[in-house]
Amino acid sequence: MAETKGKVLVKGGAFLIEDIDADQVFTPEDFTEEHKMIAKTTEEYVKNEVLPVIDKLENHEFENSVRLLKSAGELGLLGADIPEAYDGFGLDKISSALITEKMSVAGGFSITHGAHVGIGTLPIVLFGNEEQKQKYLPPSVTAEKIFAYALTEPGSGSDALGARTTAKLNEAGTHYILNGEKQWITNSGFADVFVVYAKIDSEHFTAFIVEKDYPGVSVGAEEKKMGIKSSSTRTLILEDAEVPVENLLGEKGRGHVIAFNILNIGRYKLGVGGVGGSKRALELAIKYTNERQQFKRSIASFNLTKEKIATLASELYATESLIYRTVGYFDDRMGQMSEEEQKDGRKIAEAIAEYAIECSINKVVGSETLDHVVDEAVQLHGGYGYMQEYEVERAYRDSRINRIFEGTNEINRLLVPGTFLKKAMKGELPLLQKAQSLQEELLMMMPEEPGDEALAQEKILVKNAKKIGLLAAGMAAQRFGTKLEDEQEVLVNIANIANDIFAMESALLRSEKAVRRDGEEKSRQKVLYTEVFCQEAMQRIEQEAKEVLIASVEGDNQRMMLSALRKLTRYTPKNLIPLKREAADKLNEALKYTV
Amino acid sequence: MNIYALVKRTFDTEEKISVQNGQIAEDGAEFIINPYDEYAVEEAIRVRDEHGGEVTVLTIGSEEAEKQLRTALAMGADKAVLINTEDDLDELDEFGASTIIAEYLKDKDADLIIAGNVAIDGGSGQVGPRVAELLDINYVTTITELKIDGDKATVVRDVEGDSETIEAQMPLLVTAQQGLNDPRYPSLPGIMKAKKKPLEELELDDIDLDEDDVEVKVERVDVFLPPEKQAGRVLEGDLQDQVKELVQLLRNEAKVI
Repeated sequence: MAETKGKVLVKGGAFLIEDIDADQVFTPEDFTEEHKMIAKTTEEYVKNEVLPVIDKLENHEFENSVRLLKSAGELGLLGADIPEAYDGFGLDKISSALITEKMSVAGGFSITHGAHVGIGTLPIVLFGNEEQKQKYLPPSVTAEKIFAYALTEPGSGSDALGARTTAKLNEAGTHYILNGEKQWITNSGFADVFVVYAKIDSEHFTAFIVEKDYPGVSVGAEEKKMGIKSSSTRTLILEDAEVPVENLLGEKGRGHVIAFNILNIGRYKLGVGGVGGSKRALELAIKYTNERQQFKRSIASFNLTKEKIATLASELYATESLIYRTVGYFDDRMGQMSEEEQKDGRKIAEAIAEYAIECSINKVVGSETLDHVVDEAVQLHGGYGYMQEYEVERAYRDSRINRIFEGTNEINRLLVPGTFLKKAMKGELPLLQKAQSLQEELLMMMPEEPGDEALAQEKILVKNAKKIGLLAAGMAAQRFGTKLEDEQEVLVNIANIANDIFAMESALLRSEKAVRRDGEEKSRQKVLYTEVFCQEAMQRIEQEAKEVLIASVEGDNQRMMLSALRKLTRYTPKNLIPLKREAADKLNEALKYTV
Repeated sequence: MNIYALVKRTFDTEEKISVQNGQIAEDGAEFIINPYDEYAVEEAIRVRDEHGGEVTVLTIGSEEAEKQLRTALAMGADKAVLINTEDDLDELDEFGASTIIAEYLKDKDADLIIAGNVAIDGGSGQVGPRVAELLDINYVTTITELKIDGDKATVVRDVEGDSETIEAQMPLLVTAQQGLNDPRYPSLPGIMKAKKKPLEELELDDIDLDEDDVEVKVERVDVFLPPEKQAGRVLEGDLQDQVKELVQLLRNEAKVI
């Protein structure tokens, strides 16, 4: 649905070294009427159907989950990513992301929904053959069959390829016999179909479509979890499970291709969910602090409350901006595919994999923004936030898992610089050339003075942040070469810089686009968020870069590099206090996150 | 059956109202289908699904109102008509709105017209009955139940909390009260289909009306917000004194006794 014609396709990871015009990025202000209607339908569905029974769901009365998935199916909320040929709607990724965002307000049920439409069904959408798609996708759209995804094992979490589950072709050649245990499987209490990874002959990592009713398939007891209690989590037990040969998904020994692609999707969707959850938690905090009176005034009227609310909203704004920018990239790429290519799931997976770096950033930033928001939201509720009658208590517990699943944030951080370097080595990104020309540039660089127009300073901050990123990555690569992989502390410094660059730039581009379209006055709140976020991010970047340089360069050279860093971080800081107060006043007026 | 649902674009019920220069500020506000009109659209769709026919949603307004029409189409209405008065009229009152609607509907052979009982912004509740008067057809207001059998309708009407059952001859105009139904939200397939459904845009000219024909008869004298709620006061002292003071305050300050 998004307009993609005439757009330049952006390369994954290019944000670190290239600039892009604001008109080239998708922003939430670009949602079409259909997007908004889809979002609203999802919101209403969650409000009217899910939330009234949330206590039952939290209490593991999962017959409600099944019923709710079916009613979501009736509204079409399960078919966005499924092509029309298989009874789905084949919508753009922005539509699908909006469903995920709005669904996240449903807490653990959003995990049920996400596992079904995302990691459960997408492997078949993207990698299934025609027969598999015909058989499994239509019942997924209606939730006649419910899907789950089984990758993790007791002994293999982050190291997914170390799975021990085995598959062996039977003598008749009709069935693979699977043996093993898959742990923490979402939806396993009521799922009908599992996408399971196993090693054929203990060697070839391969995906299978396994139905609950096959002989040898069973599930363990319901896990007792810290949060997302509204979702079912059990162990999938495979004891000589008989899986028909035609249920091998993709190719023998190529299961990792499916697994990694599904992880990319799981990651960006998790970021989207973080945005929805953050909006809800922030709204709870703003509403509560406006109602709660202490010292004869609302606690929202205190400046420290305003500081917290405005900081959170600025972070949320940057996160929302970077996530929809990323999803926009997917649609740009798919929009330029031929009809034939669009039918090829592998091509779609490739289009998303191009942005593996951005997917990881979405995951990390989305989950950490959410964690920050729910943490402060509980704090702003005071003792009441610790009580289960308050929704924020559940939001706090539900949030925590996001930093762990779909690849821990640590793994995802390590992936970011790793993928950058891989792309550089393959010649996909001119990282090294840019790093070299930067070194020459730094020697004669003069600080740039910002003009008077809105966001002038932030543009310089983003420009310099990119240079710092290149400088840090370049120095680390120079010093450690192929051994950089072992320098995990430095890698995480670099990942943190990349996260902030992508976030700063996305907030800036969104605000620039809004100022161009609606003028400065109407875009005031967006500009405030951008000013606050960019300056605070710049302070973090400076610290991270300093650590990289100290670890990577020695002696005179170190002094020179640190002085270059100082030049790049020299700017006249804004007093953020009045800016945050102003932003908070608008939030308190709206009683929710507003831009 | 030829069914029309009359809808109005109104502020979202969650919007905060602010007044600037004697006008309600619309900047940045979210708009919805007037909730009572949503009941009307839902009922129209249900009647069509049961008895066959076609549902047309009709609104007066600016191009902005297209969004609300699209929403009604996404819910399941078949066609939409926007009478765009943006260029012709600065103001519109109940007389004008009903004149326009009746003029449009007079040769459409509508069997059933459903409107909202009241719009949550103007709140007059006049447009539905006025349209019926102008078209010279039966009407029943504030209905909570509608059954149709041939050319007869059995209607349950909300009368200040009691209910009254009325039989009426079609063609008929009814206005929807809360409780009539539970409006559906548009499904994804509905939203996708809505894009392709016909939405006709007309101006006053197209229905042979002049600006003079719909000149406002109502003058708006002032627009103001309800006074802000004052903080409560706790009386102190002897119970006797407190009661005396309370009576004093009720009589002299609040002037309610």
